[in-house]
Amino acid sequence: METAVFIVSALVVLAGGLGVVGSRNPVHSALSLIATLFGIAVLFLNLGAQLLAVVQVIVYTGAIVVLILFVMMLLGIDREEDLETEPLVGQRLLAGLVGLLFLGALLAIIIIGKESIVTGARSVTGAISPTVSNITQIGTELFTTYVFPLEITAGLLTIAVVGAVVLSRRPGDLQPIPEPESMTDMGDEPLTAPTEEGAH
Amino acid sequence: MGGNLSLAYLMLSAILFVIGGVGVLIRRNPLVMIMCVELMLNAVNLSFVTFGKMLDDISGQIIVFFVMVVAAAEVVIGLALIVAMARRRPGATADDLRALRG
Repeated sequence: METAVFIVSALVVLAGGLGVVGSRNPVHSALSLIATLFGIAVLFLNLGAQLLAVVQVIVYTGAIVVLILFVMMLLGIDREEDLETEPLVGQRLLAGLVGLLFLGALLAIIIIGKESIVTGARSVTGAISPTVSNITQIGTELFTTYVFPLEITAGLLTIAVVGAVVLSRRPGDLQPIPEPESMTDMGDEPLTAPTEEGAH
Repeated sequence: MGGNLSLAYLMLSAILFVIGGVGVLIRRNPLVMIMCVELMLNAVNLSFVTFGKMLDDISGQIIVFFVMVVAAAEVVIGLALIVAMARRRPGATADDLRALRG
């Protein structure tokens, strides 16, 4: 049963991941991201992390993706991206090559090392208890062992909110960023393909 | 849980991480790049929970909590940057922002 759930969710996660990277329309990317995050929430459930599964759905798909979609709609930058043009020659190929090499290295480590790749002492902070509920255990640890990191995350969130307000404040003398100087001496055309207004 | 399934989780996490990383490298829309970073963070979250399960330790799940907080902060700042950028140059891709001066 666990294996079956894993296989189905893994397929959803991988399809969603490929959709995020491969969709021309950013809105489709965001919807694929939702599929991936849901799949990972199911995998969390499968791993016995019930609280994380719920938080994943609420925080990620409920807040973060909606925020991304909101900005997309607000700015109207949901126009389709031209995936054909390649500003840096060979960038796609090199990126794919690097990705394949990295993936090969990771998979080789996992396949060759088997269980022995996970080293370290077992159950240092606390063993996953079969009787105490998941949320109780996480809450207890958060407010005892991890209480200082918890306080620091509160500071981090405050800084993020202040930073967002400062960044999105409209300055008085708003000037458009000028077109950057050409990288080559020959003068290349702008990298953004001219898009028709009203395409979205 | 069988050990092989744990390894399968780690492999899935590795594949997802690489998909996200390649996405960050090849996509030019800053919003899609942020989404790809989210993919990478989620892949790492998955491996954290798997490691926690393999080592029978609750910290794996607690660290995922902190990663989620950092991801939320990152998205907030990233989206604010995108909004500020799109106000000045609508439709700009990551490649158009190669000049450091604002």
